Amino acid sequence: MNDRSPLGGHVLPLVPALALVTLVVGLPILDVVALSFTRVDPAGGMATRWAGLQPAARLWQDSRFFGALSNTAIFTGASVVLETLLGIGFALVLDRSFRGRGLVRSVMLVPWALPTAVMALAFSWIFNDSFGVANDLLRRTGLVAASIPWLSGPRTAMAAIVLADVWKTTPFVALIVLAGLQGIPESVLEAARVDGLGPWQRFRHVVFPLLLPSIAVASLFRAAQAWGAFDIVYVMTGGGPGGSTETVSLYAYQSFFRYLDFGYGAAIAAHGTLLVAALALVTAFSRRRRGLP
Amino acid sequence: MKRLLPRAGLAFAVAALVAWSLAPAAWQVLTALKPDRDVVRVPTVYFPHPVTFKHVASLWERKPIGVYLANSAGIAGASTFLSILLAAPAASALGRAGERRRRVLLHGLLALTVFPPILLLYPLYQGVRVLGWLNHPLALVLPYAALSLPLSIWILERGFSQIPRAVEEAAALDGLGPARRVVLIQLPLAAPSLVTAAILVFIFSWNEFMLALTFMTRDARKTITAGIASVSGSSIFEIPWGQLSAAIVIATLPLVFLVLLFEKRIASGLTRGAIKG
Repeated sequence: MNDRSPLGGHVLPLVPALALVTLVVGLPILDVVALSFTRVDPAGGMATRWAGLQPAARLWQDSRFFGALSNTAIFTGASVVLETLLGIGFALVLDRSFRGRGLVRSVMLVPWALPTAVMALAFSWIFNDSFGVANDLLRRTGLVAASIPWLSGPRTAMAAIVLADVWKTTPFVALIVLAGLQGIPESVLEAARVDGLGPWQRFRHVVFPLLLPSIAVASLFRAAQAWGAFDIVYVMTGGGPGGSTETVSLYAYQSFFRYLDFGYGAAIAAHGTLLVAALALVTAFSRRRRGLP
Repeated sequence: MKRLLPRAGLAFAVAALVAWSLAPAAWQVLTALKPDRDVVRVPTVYFPHPVTFKHVASLWERKPIGVYLANSAGIAGASTFLSILLAAPAASALGRAGERRRRVLLHGLLALTVFPPILLLYPLYQGVRVLGWLNHPLALVLPYAALSLPLSIWILERGFSQIPRAVEEAAALDGLGPARRVVLIQLPLAAPSLVTAAILVFIFSWNEFMLALTFMTRDARKTITAGIASVSGSSIFEIPWGQLSAAIVIATLPLVFLVLLFEKRIASGLTRGAIKG
């Protein structure tokens, strides 16, 4: 095999990797889209039959689907905003030099590395209605008089899930913002100092604008991931109470494996993620073309 | 960015950061070491007294924890090996490809990683069933390797691209073919990237939940993550919290060690994909 021939040298080594990715990611996505145009025929041995746009029509009249969309949007919005703010804070702290900084950086990274599903179980213990330490701390500090039944109230359950997710994923944002921060030349800050800008003004007018690309990349990645949230909700609430924390992924999962309604599950997954992402992209581009932020 | 925070606030901020990062996991350690009556006492008893290892012992009797751990280690290890095995030649070839083709392929691969896994779940499940792979490690090893390939390729491509061209050319003059150059020259010189990619793939595979939950239905085949985290619903009332906390500690401890040992590698790997767009 000649190294310089375009086929032998450059393409062949890519084939095994691309083949596996196509098989495990590419084809299943096409398959699930195709499946979203079918319905299960219970009389015909659970075979799937072509149903055209009928599943889509059913989906966009399904209040449970709208509930899942809105839960997913609330979860994604709240956790991405909170972890971005907190992540910027962490990055500012870790950018300072102090004794033991290396160890603190490692400690900061621990939540990122722990399994989401397992830590979700840990957080259900922390937010346990009767014996959870969250309630105990709130009572001791006098912030609440009576225990809050965290996971059995719709709003508090969502808050607990968001908090668990923020704990888990803030390190990711912090790392990326920190890398951005360390890419800012010292001379730029020195110049701002010479110009008489105080710490807040330096952050607001010099550092923050230079960090925006890193912040944008980190929060976009996080938003895409949060939109697919499954583990944390499955373990902490199972979508409850009364469907108030059910995400798109969880509803699709239930349709696949609990109701055995495969075509409909595929429709939920495809519309709830691909279509939503496409709409978000189109909106972003058309706003940009009209000169809006 | 030195001196954006005032000195006095720094100590407090560092302490808060450390407490926030460790508290939820540390709480499981404290719970796991407490006698049963203190686990469910109100107001909460914070420190275990006396320290008991009873929960760890009874958990080990009730659940096949050792089997879960072995399954996880085997599956994560095999996925890591396969991911690197396929990523190395691909990354090396990308390094020699033209700039445009290189960027298109790298970004295309990266785009694939943002698709939510729920899109893949049912088609993969059908495939696994057709192949008769339910409860077979390959049902997880292949998807884990595939899902982590984009990240592995990104990291290795970066590592390879830092090897001086002259080293490669000297090896070529000495008559080494492309495959042997990858094995004998590129891989040893790119060892740090190799370690980085391997750790990230291992952590991802150890932590994955949705596929493991769905494809491994027999208890003896479960990974530690799915085996422990699927103890929810009605069964959550059957297993006392002392034991659940012990299980959480066992499932997370290996990862805590990985992070403490390899923080620098992990950080460089994670920022690689995002910054150097």
